[in-house]
Amino acid sequence: MNRRTLLAALVGIVIAPLAGAQASTSDEIAKYRAALQDGNPAELWEARGEDLWKQKRGPRAASLERCDLGSGPGVVKGAYAELPRYFADADRVMDLETRLVWCMVQLQGYTEAEAKKNPFGSGSDKRSDLEALTAYIAVESRGVKMNVPLAHSKELEAYRIGEKLFYYRGGTHDFACATCHGEDGKRIRLQELPNLMTAEGAQKAYTTWPAYRVSQGELRTFEWRLHDCFRQQRFPELVFGSDAAIALTMYLARNANGGVFDAPAIKR
Amino acid sequence: MGEPMKIRATLTGDATEVKVLMNHEMETGQRKDAQGQTIPAWFIQTIGVTWTGKTVLSAQWGPAVAKNPFLSFKFKGGAKGDTLAVRWVDSRGDQRTDEAIIA
Amino acid sequence: MYVGRRTFLKSSGGVTLYALVTAAGWLDAEEALAQAWNKAAFDTHSLGDTLHALGGGEPTQSKDIEFVQTPEIAENGAVVPVGVTSRIPKTESIAILIEKNPNMLAAVFDIPTGTEPVISTRVKMAQTSNIYALVKAEGRYYVAAKEVKVTLGGCGG
Repeated sequence: MNRRTLLAALVGIVIAPLAGAQASTSDEIAKYRAALQDGNPAELWEARGEDLWKQKRGPRAASLERCDLGSGPGVVKGAYAELPRYFADADRVMDLETRLVWCMVQLQGYTEAEAKKNPFGSGSDKRSDLEALTAYIAVESRGVKMNVPLAHSKELEAYRIGEKLFYYRGGTHDFACATCHGEDGKRIRLQELPNLMTAEGAQKAYTTWPAYRVSQGELRTFEWRLHDCFRQQRFPELVFGSDAAIALTMYLARNANGGVFDAPAIKR
Repeated sequence: MGEPMKIRATLTGDATEVKVLMNHEMETGQRKDAQGQTIPAWFIQTIGVTWTGKTVLSAQWGPAVAKNPFLSFKFKGGAKGDTLAVRWVDSRGDQRTDEAIIA
Repeated sequence: MYVGRRTFLKSSGGVTLYALVTAAGWLDAEEALAQAWNKAAFDTHSLGDTLHALGGGEPTQSKDIEFVQTPEIAENGAVVPVGVTSRIPKTESIAILIEKNPNMLAAVFDIPTGTEPVISTRVKMAQTSNIYALVKAEGRYYVAAKEVKVTLGGCGG
């Protein structure tokens, strides 16, 4: 056996157990995730969201029960699985959160600033109404197949912009979404990164948001997830409810079509 | 009065399985806020679960129980339609009682 | 019933709770005593000190205490599922202790007759550590341990 073959053989011997260790680590983490499924604190947000949907609030003392999430006024069941979409009354594409802000303004009389005031909650003193409402609307789509429309010209435009944003490299690290989410088998420390460019990866990722994020101790929405990705990429802040956020959501949600919606989930 | 909890009580054979999700910050008193001030400890200290006047579980907790605590246990007895009550008292003296029907 | 429970009522916390709870009429006097919070036990840094605060003696290692649905690796220490099943006859209580936490005792569950000695909850772990399950049965203490590794997830935990 020559030196090169021997070296290759030795490397093979070292790599094999490491690969085995990695496999068993992800098995153990899968067990951790499975153990968390029973009793998801997201249910507490769902309950509060349902109350907020039905309560008469704001300067007009009205409830949100006439809010049209795309399937008709007040229809909540299945609505999340068809968002984002174009809304004629606003003449723009909206994700769930921007649509909720719209309804809070139109039906309840809040100003847009008031409605958007606290998108990401923190503890019991600084609860976010939008997070609670999102949790409630989301759970009413559990079990429904993703079915985001791509018919209106503005929906197509949003999808294309979202796609551009997904591949756009920038920031101090020259990262794009695709840098971390464009290949199979990538991970950061022990966190496996979903490949969002495959149907399976896209579906698994999108259908599990919103989620109770254990590390946050809060129910977090998809807008939060994108906001946090931008932070981790060292990108400028992704403004809540911005066209950029909606476009990126449109791209990722549409790519998840066919996947069964299964949120709110519970994540690390 | 604390925030409402979610209780699920299901009869399986001759035993009732109880699962509770409580709404509580369970602040350890170890964390500091953005200004560097210690966030004071605030957590559920005692719990009692009763069924037809009988205590089926009681517990004492410290701040190491996770935020928005989950609890699951089983007791012999219970019938569909019976009421189960869960009560907690926290370190501020605040308390919460919620009831559930055994299904 | 813990030995020496009544002595803990002398701490101010215990008196406040007692007053609150009996005023609410929820528990009768006897049970109200059982609801006092054992401050000393939640302020200990070793298994021995915790046992002393609980009024117990040296525990025996037991293979009849099982960790169920308790993963080897927790993706985040903020929420670690812990399940304990005791096969020791006449189990009166199950306590969960986390060795490397600032204070060891996380929770104590009293198991009345008729309730299964099986408990499932979630704890916070400051770092990779042994978790002890301490069972009291007929006045004696038994213990089992399991190491749970705590990791930080991907980007920024």
